[in-house]
Amino acid sequence: MSDVRPRIRLPRSANAGDVIEVKTLISHNMETGLRRDGSGNAIPRQIINRFTCEYAGKLVVDVTMEPAISANPYMEFDVQVDESADFVFTWYDDDGSVYSETQSFEVS
Amino acid sequence: MLTRRDTMAMGLGVAAVAMVPGAAIASAVDDAIAAFTGGASVTDGGVTIDAPEIAENGNTVPIAVDAPGATEILLLAAGNPTPGVAKFGFGEGAASSRAATRIRLGGTQDVVAIAKMADGSYARGAVEVKVTIGGCGG
Repeated sequence: MSDVRPRIRLPRSANAGDVIEVKTLISHNMETGLRRDGSGNAIPRQIINRFTCEYAGKLVVDVTMEPAISANPYMEFDVQVDESADFVFTWYDDDGSVYSETQSFEVS
Repeated sequence: MLTRRDTMAMGLGVAAVAMVPGAAIASAVDDAIAAFTGGASVTDGGVTIDAPEIAENGNTVPIAVDAPGATEILLLAAGNPTPGVAKFGFGEGAASSRAATRIRLGGTQDVVAIAKMADGSYARGAVEVKVTIGGCGG
């Protein structure tokens, strides 16, 4: 996959101790392995099989994904931000690629 | 000559054959649940699944699961070729045991969520989603 691009949406601002909603999306076909091409050959499975998010070095979510997750997998979850720290998002592809994105978040 | 009894027997045979796929799918779901719970009993309730009643496009159906106090949630689609959808693990940085994503559904079916609570018990929630166009590449 050459055109894999992660996108993260965080609130613009938050106070220390607030619970914020984190939204992530990564562009990826999530090929199920069930489809066939024009000549009837099975298209091999290639999906992102795992997604993790850490905040301030603490694990937030660790998601195992199956082919039933839609293309361009979207994940949304809640984090309590007690301090200004880094978000680290990581996606693991079936082909062994690892896509990682870090975003720092400031609390007031 | 075909007697009434023969006809009845044939009818039963057809019914039995017709039921096999359904039974196979149900056991795949049961197997997935058993693999997750290790055979522990699962109580109904305590898990909320937020999904549209009718999904026009089975390729991308928005689903949110919420199970207060859960450390893990297993999400299954009972009517897909394979029932597994996702397993959400919530770490110490998670503010809630809630997650939302978008999933593929091959047709109208039940979406099932099994939550593993912090005390080691298991809870179950299910919701039926009607799908107008399936999303399994068929």
